[in-house]
Amino acid sequence: MTRLEMIPADKATVVITGARLLDPVEGLDVTAELLIVDGVVAQIGDSVERPEGARIVDGSRCTVLPGLVDPHVHLRVPGQEYKEDCATGSASGAAGGYTTILSMPNTAPTIDTGTTLEAALDRAREMAVIQTGFLAAVSMDRAGESLTEMRDLAARGAAGFTDDGSPIASARLMRRALQYARPLNLPIALHEEEPTLTKGGHMHEGAISAKLGLGGWPGIAETLMVARDIRLAEQEDARIHLQHISIRGSIEEIARGRERGVRVSSEASPHHLVLTDASVRTLSGNFKMNPPLASDDDRQALIDGLRDGIVDCIATDHAPHAVHEKEVPFEAAAFGVTGLETALPVLIQELVEPGHVPLATILRAMTEGPCNAFDLERPALRVGAPANLAVWDLEQTWKVGDKPFKSKSANSCFIGRKVKGRCLLTISGGQLAHDEMDAKGLGVVA
Amino acid sequence: MNDGRRHLLGMSDVDDTDIERILETAAGFEDVVERDVKKVPTLRGRTVVNLFYESSTRTSSSFELAAKRLSADVVSVKAVGSSVDKGESLKDTVRTLNAYKPNIIVIRHPQIGAAHLTAKWSDAHVVNAGDGKHQHPTQSLLDLYTIKKRLGRLKDVKVAIVGDVLHSRVARSNIEGFQMMGLDVTLVGPPALIPPGIEEATGVKVSDDPESMSEADVIYVLRMQHERMEPGQNFVPTLREYARTWGVNSRRVRPGQVVMHPGPMNRGVEIAPDVADSGASLVEDQVEAGLIVRMAVLYDLMNRPSIGTVIDFRERTGEWGAA
Repeated sequence: MTRLEMIPADKATVVITGARLLDPVEGLDVTAELLIVDGVVAQIGDSVERPEGARIVDGSRCTVLPGLVDPHVHLRVPGQEYKEDCATGSASGAAGGYTTILSMPNTAPTIDTGTTLEAALDRAREMAVIQTGFLAAVSMDRAGESLTEMRDLAARGAAGFTDDGSPIASARLMRRALQYARPLNLPIALHEEEPTLTKGGHMHEGAISAKLGLGGWPGIAETLMVARDIRLAEQEDARIHLQHISIRGSIEEIARGRERGVRVSSEASPHHLVLTDASVRTLSGNFKMNPPLASDDDRQALIDGLRDGIVDCIATDHAPHAVHEKEVPFEAAAFGVTGLETALPVLIQELVEPGHVPLATILRAMTEGPCNAFDLERPALRVGAPANLAVWDLEQTWKVGDKPFKSKSANSCFIGRKVKGRCLLTISGGQLAHDEMDAKGLGVVA
Repeated sequence: MNDGRRHLLGMSDVDDTDIERILETAAGFEDVVERDVKKVPTLRGRTVVNLFYESSTRTSSSFELAAKRLSADVVSVKAVGSSVDKGESLKDTVRTLNAYKPNIIVIRHPQIGAAHLTAKWSDAHVVNAGDGKHQHPTQSLLDLYTIKKRLGRLKDVKVAIVGDVLHSRVARSNIEGFQMMGLDVTLVGPPALIPPGIEEATGVKVSDDPESMSEADVIYVLRMQHERMEPGQNFVPTLREYARTWGVNSRRVRPGQVVMHPGPMNRGVEIAPDVADSGASLVEDQVEAGLIVRMAVLYDLMNRPSIGTVIDFRERTGEWGAA
């Protein structure tokens, strides 16, 4: 059973008044009051009880959304705490309206043994303000040669398995992993990249890379591996989750696989849904990520895939790096960008406002999608459910970078961009995780 | 940020008017370098820093000499034997040199965008003397000068750029510079050495047929950059087959055609010795032009601040982010 950890603290008793309560999965869209008692949603109605000692939050002009779930975060724990740690990474998530995050095992050392996994979960229990889980590696040291003790890792609470950061180059190892993981019923999350085709690549191969001279990363490198792994999963009747899909051809392969009944989920990142390789013309390291920003045609395919449900998850691939790892020539810069604090505001500004994707679709891909893919309890605005929710001002427009990030790192590709929607208060696992209601002047009565 | 500094980071930093002006200024320096005393006081009291992270013969020597001919104080820093050897970051090196308040920093670096970052981190005018596979704008200016001097015109001159375009900053700068001045550019080479998307990006013609060189007025031969090719890439099966197919030899060059090469040459690979040393070869003319064109670039950056465009990559794109 997947272990999610956070600092054990007092459960909140809160009344939110006057807010729009929006949970598309529950079919809920009303303006009403919501009562949380001891961390559990106790009542939704026109006029709820006001228990003694409850904090009354004036939610007028606000919208309460279910907590977001990010199945792809790099907390850099253990070993790279100069980039991020469980405290700053989870605070960053809380500030973006997330109540559950899953962290990747490409750490130092790799999370490839039960003891390392437990140490990471213990750190989360000491430091995290939202529910935090970890995936474990598929192969020892993520070297692609020998399998980890997946049964032991599953028993100790791994949320799934991944060699994220690297592909599983060997088809044989991939097949063995699928065979071995099948009875555990945990997904294998895959970073799809054919490594001989991407060697020396720094950006998407196309007109912009030709012009800049940067080593090209052909889109087919992702699609080939997506096709291989969907076929392997089909043959072994196993579950796979495809991480950060970025290429039109990959979407087509997933659609075909789904038609044949293959158990495949997939995620897209806000940056791949919003930006293209044109941004690399700035030569700023903040536009360097793996997979790289692709063409506008690929981006359109991702948006269509999200609308059609082929892409069922939105994941940030939040990848913090220190300044000295990014403020260098493009080829020397580390791959990856942060994303937890900007994900929903960026998507509202760039996809919802122009009418490309309905907000409900995006919310499903940030709650129901990842929870189905990783068998997590879905945050819901439902009486009796644990309070995993956030209070948003969906009308507030702000500029990324104007306020300091909660993350330890600031390598966002959206700095300077206008975005819409600000998370003012987050409750995760029934505990207050993020609170800027005061700063907003929205009146904390008690 | 727009502090009025001008830089020459790539050919997109200049337009045709700027190029014509720089070529005219260079022509004016022709007689200076022929005099007994080869010096003018134009940059007296100014400081030029040459920061070279890559080996170079002609570019570093001609920039150093160009600054000295203009009476500037010149500091040349090579990566080998400097703090760079001790792992100092580009930013720290640039900030250190910037403390001397240089007027101009000339930088060559193996990585793309290094000159742009130097412009960001220093208070000097910056000249890109080559950043990885990206740009080498003074090479393009000196090539234009050489073509104009020999052929008497630039417009409608047909140029075949031949060979390893993929790894070539010279090709990238020349495609831009040549097109800006109205030359007609075709890229000729084996498919894997022509970057996919270059036609869409620039509008050049592309051919893998070596015969297409015959239509050109100028055959511009690129160096096969073995040092940038990883083993196993198989861009071409062998250098022997490359030389036999795309190498420029005396059978390939028809009367009236001229041949250029940015150097250093791999004799017997992309260019045959009989061509390199023939009357059709403009290789030495290019080196001579290199000195006066670089003098003109330094002069232009320091003395014509009101003319031409204020060059700041970030200002033009508005997308630098926080890095």
